[in-house]
Amino acid sequence: MIDVRNVYKTFFAPHEIRALVDVTTKIEAGEVVVVIGPSGSGKSTLLRCLNHLEAAESGHILIDGIDILNPKTDIDKVRAEVGMVFQSFNLFPHKTALQNITLAQRVVRKRSKDKAHEKAMFLLNKVGIADKAGVYPDQLSGGQQQRVAIARALAMDPKVMLFDEPTSALDPEMIGEVLEVMKTLAREGMTMVVVTHEMGFAREVADRVIFMDEGAIVEVGTPEHFFTSPTHERTKLFLSQIL
Amino acid sequence: MQPKSRFKKPVAYYGWIGVFFLVLFALCGALYYSTLKIDYVWRWYRIPRYFIYEENVETKAFIDGEVERISRQDNTTSILVKGPTNQEVYTVEHGGLRVAEGDLIYPGDVLASYSRRRPGILIQGLWLTLKVSLIAIVFGVLIGLFGGIARISHNPAFKWLAITYIELIRGSPLLVQIFIWYFVLGTLINTLLARNNLYQISPLWFGVAALACFAGAYVAEIVRAGIQSIHRGQTEAARSLGMTYAQCMIHVILPQATRRILPPLAGQFISLIKDSSLLGIIAIRELTKATREVVTTSLQPFELWFICAILYLMLTFALSMFVQYLERRAVVT
Ligand SMILES: Nc1ncnc2c1ncn2[C@@H]1O[C@H](COP(=O)(O)OP(=O)(O)OP(=O)(O)O)[C@@H](O)[C@H]1O
Ligand SMILES: [Mg+2]
Repeated sequence: MIDVRNVYKTFFAPHEIRALVDVTTKIEAGEVVVVIGPSGSGKSTLLRCLNHLEAAESGHILIDGIDILNPKTDIDKVRAEVGMVFQSFNLFPHKTALQNITLAQRVVRKRSKDKAHEKAMFLLNKVGIADKAGVYPDQLSGGQQQRVAIARALAMDPKVMLFDEPTSALDPEMIGEVLEVMKTLAREGMTMVVVTHEMGFAREVADRVIFMDEGAIVEVGTPEHFFTSPTHERTKLFLSQIL
Repeated sequence: MQPKSRFKKPVAYYGWIGVFFLVLFALCGALYYSTLKIDYVWRWYRIPRYFIYEENVETKAFIDGEVERISRQDNTTSILVKGPTNQEVYTVEHGGLRVAEGDLIYPGDVLASYSRRRPGILIQGLWLTLKVSLIAIVFGVLIGLFGGIARISHNPAFKWLAITYIELIRGSPLLVQIFIWYFVLGTLINTLLARNNLYQISPLWFGVAALACFAGAYVAEIVRAGIQSIHRGQTEAARSLGMTYAQCMIHVILPQATRRILPPLAGQFISLIKDSSLLGIIAIRELTKATREVVTTSLQPFELWFICAILYLMLTFALSMFVQYLERRAVVT
């Protein structure tokens, strides 16, 4: 489903930072991969490269067989297949919860008003806030906003969902409701790449955990492997700090 | 903070309000007093005729003969005049009829006359100012919208064109730009049109073009700032859903930017209305030029220039009210 080969990414402003260094990994359809690592290790950059919000400078990134680094690729088409959920929700503040979910269905998928509406209501039900359909984002709690954002991404019927620290901006009592939605998705077989510090989620849901440090993938393994017998020193150090 | 609470005693607060009116009246009084000193005679009663005047319209017969029939329709009255060899029908307004059936008519006789109200020269000038400003605002906004988007484009052609345009316009006086539009571009275009046997473009449109391009440069900067004030996450969210750059602009960025753009835009529109007073120099008879013409004929400059200023004030005030209304609507939706 996702094939990342020898990807490099360097930022030059304000000073040179090697954000991704020779990253290679493969994510199969239906797999849930959790990416962990210290701050600044390149987790977000990797995720953002996967839907080309950030352009990797070399290597190959294949999404469902399509090389998104090929300039001839219609990136908008690929992005419609790759849902993304941001740490800061990024809901459209001038649109209601419902309109947030229908907008891209209408303009990208060209669905009819009724179809888009129906789909949006189905998804709002699924994330448990159908009663907030007509409410503007600034009147929703963080947890509710993030669930709308997940519904917005799901409305495009994506093949992959990317989550960049979806619960980091939330008050503790709201983290559960968002993780619950994500667990349901995982159970339904959605391919997911999740950057998170929620180790409980990783342990329970992940098929694989990727540990990154200084732009490189240091260690990959099952959750049991990670939480019982990590091999690398840096992994051990990181886990000891976070657990 | 309550304004009154800054004062220890409410008396002091109202006292200062009194001072405000006192200063105002003193200034007006001083002005009036000094006009008396130079023997200026205020004749406000002469002013209304420049707003509205009565025009006498007479319908005269062209042939001689006899009024055969007078018949009333819904809005008009028809007079049938029958001569020895021919007949004619004159259609006039109700009322003001000067003839009856059977009257003998000679050519040049007045069959009917009525007076109608016509807008005076100041109202015509005001109307032209409004028209020129509104057209310039519409084009200015369009130019500014595309200019602002081009300004933040990554394409060097668009970006540098936008920067060049904005800097050229903002770096030179509007008066000079109006001269360039009228005397340079206007001469060029109209001469080329004449060579090809095409219609000439009136000075009005060169004036509008000068104003629109001038405002467009400022609007472009306002639009740029408005777009850049929207958080990058909005673009990223929209693009991550597969929207194109244009779709993202139209559905996500511009609707949000509009709210922030409207207040500075209102200021720009008000400047534009005031700047339109410069168009008089290229023979466009807008409000200021109309006032100058009336001043030379009426010799009542004091009244007329005050009136002129008040008329501008009314236009700008109405416009800022309208923009405030738009702003409130933009906040609700
Ligand atoms: N747009 C950018 N411009 C310059 N440097 C950047 C940019 N985005 C990220 N970086 C740098 O690249 C490195 C990796 O950043 P990244 O955001 O991927 O880390 P992260 O693992 O997501 O960290 P965190 O856990 O804090 O979110 C950091 O050193 C960061 O400062
Ligand atoms: Mg991050």
